[in-house]
Amino acid sequence: MSNGDIDARFPLELEAPRFGLKKPEARFDVQGDMGDDARIATAMKNFVRDFGAVAATYMESCIHCGMCAESCHFYVATGEAKYTPIWKLEPFKQAYKREMGPFAFFFRTFNLKKRTTVAQLKEWQELIYDSCTMCGRCTMICPMAIDIASLVGLARHGMAQAGLVPHELWGVAERSDREGSPLGATPKVFKERCEWLADEYEVSIPVDKARANIMVTMSSIEIMKYPQSIVATAKVLNHMGADWTFRSDGYEATNFGMLSGNAQWQKDISLRLINAAIACGAELLILPECGHAYGALRWQGANVYGKPLPFKVRHISEFLAENLQNGRIRVQPLAKTMTFHDPCQVSRRGGAMEAPRQAIRALGAELVEMKETGGLNWCCGGGGGVVTIHRADPIRYKAFQIKMKQVEDTGAEVLTSTCSNCRQTFDDGQAHFHWDKTMTSLLELVADNLAEAPSERPSAVK
Amino acid sequence: MDLLSFARGPALQWALVIFLLGVVWRLTGILLLGRAPDYSEPRNAPAWPGAFKLILTRSWPKREFAARTAFGETMSYVFHIGLAIVVLGFAPHILLIQSLTGLSWPGLPTGLVTLSAALTAGALAVLLVRRLMHPVLRLISNFDDYFSWLVVMLPVVTGLMATAHAGPRYETMLAVHILSAELMLAWLPFGKLMHSFLVFVSRGTTGALFTRKGAAL
Repeated sequence: MSNGDIDARFPLELEAPRFGLKKPEARFDVQGDMGDDARIATAMKNFVRDFGAVAATYMESCIHCGMCAESCHFYVATGEAKYTPIWKLEPFKQAYKREMGPFAFFFRTFNLKKRTTVAQLKEWQELIYDSCTMCGRCTMICPMAIDIASLVGLARHGMAQAGLVPHELWGVAERSDREGSPLGATPKVFKERCEWLADEYEVSIPVDKARANIMVTMSSIEIMKYPQSIVATAKVLNHMGADWTFRSDGYEATNFGMLSGNAQWQKDISLRLINAAIACGAELLILPECGHAYGALRWQGANVYGKPLPFKVRHISEFLAENLQNGRIRVQPLAKTMTFHDPCQVSRRGGAMEAPRQAIRALGAELVEMKETGGLNWCCGGGGGVVTIHRADPIRYKAFQIKMKQVEDTGAEVLTSTCSNCRQTFDDGQAHFHWDKTMTSLLELVADNLAEAPSERPSAVK
Repeated sequence: MDLLSFARGPALQWALVIFLLGVVWRLTGILLLGRAPDYSEPRNAPAWPGAFKLILTRSWPKREFAARTAFGETMSYVFHIGLAIVVLGFAPHILLIQSLTGLSWPGLPTGLVTLSAALTAGALAVLLVRRLMHPVLRLISNFDDYFSWLVVMLPVVTGLMATAHAGPRYETMLAVHILSAELMLAWLPFGKLMHSFLVFVSRGTTGALFTRKGAAL
């Protein structure tokens, strides 16, 4: 397929509460024209490609207690047994036991585990992609502490190479690899947006400085749907007097290569950021309000690169918390009650759980925690690429109702988070349910409440 | 050789050999796969204390999950603790362990052991019914789940029958009991009963990896 054909088959939707691909009239959920044997062999080869002692331990350890179901928003919201997290891996468990485990010989010889088929994998596509946000809540309940989300990630490697990625997710991932952004935020578009925003909001937005201490990245959702986040970022960094820049050769932090399971695309996308940060000599790379971008670069970036990164990687919430606490960012008190939605990949799985709370307290707001919060927070239902998949909408909306209730129960005036993908999932849920709560960005709240005359402060960063 | 001598002699030896070789084979098969180096900047170092922490803390359910999992967990606790009391507290079992390892400790009163065995059998029965009725458990269950249940239940039931002098002649019943326990031992490395070892590996792995990142445990 030519690029034009791909664009025609996978057109973007940039006007709805949720940005992504338009709802397809005809779905193309199978890519390439491999035969069944080749497809299954490819799926399994790539599933086990990064298989080590950790994944094998998890594959061997399930005791079939079924408790993981009770932690999963898709099971709890629907009551359908097929959404049990460990069941989502069944064909891969079957293949592991038959082909790779310590007793594979017996399983094969006596045909105790059947050969996984392409039909099975096609059936499981819905479970591996549409109904798993890789939020990792099931890891928290599993009595064996099996990290099912990481296994789903490996299963997606197999599915992606075998050409079994859902239509929308393949479409945005391919565009991301080809154009540098899943939502059409090409380098040209990004630079034009920055110029326009700089004029419109009378704020300096440095792009492509040759040298800078800090390189800042954005999510395509922010660039296209919430461009005020770019302004907020600039306002905060300028307020601090920081030496920073955006780079048109490395600005897009989302990694749909990772979400779709395409390891090569994941690497390509991460290397753009890494190489850009090295090129401008950055000591710090700030990741935007995006959940999976944190997992992709903070925790997997160096491993994709093959050695430690020569700069630090921090989420914007960590950066805000640190500089609010040390006084380099000064704010006016925001006397409101506020509840915080933890983005799974930053909080539960990323470890940056305290930072946003420190920032909220530094803002002077009263934090009202949800009943299940921090590491046990309920996912919004849109992570892991799920929000892009139209086919998943019915179960996603059901899962979102858990989140709505959590928010309602707090009675807080302001709802905030630090992930633009969660934010657009909330926007979409808000529109669907005609809900009166709007998700806000913690970064924008900080930027909107900066204290005046920063240049007079002795603590400003030179 | 009568059945009891067989059970106490060659059958026990074979069961122990299969058990030991099976456990070593399965553990080394997993652990020798190697671990990819992690070049990311750790949030916490060293991470290994997290392994021990999770091995301990995951034994207790989190408050947030308690309402949805209380029944299954209570039943599981009953049969795990019950089994431990029966296996480690019954005087004849201690004699067997002493003959194999040289280690010995005082036994518990037979009445308490019998009650524990009865509660264990009851909890196992309830859990089997639950596995057959609960849509999630029915879906994810396979041969291993039912066979492992059987090989745990058999020694409990035959042990209760032997001590109560129910069923066939005592020596025969005792031989059947010992053989059933040997079946459990020999099956352990091949199915889910292996979690008695893997629980440390699996929890320890996640505990260390997540502590490195500062992720929730």
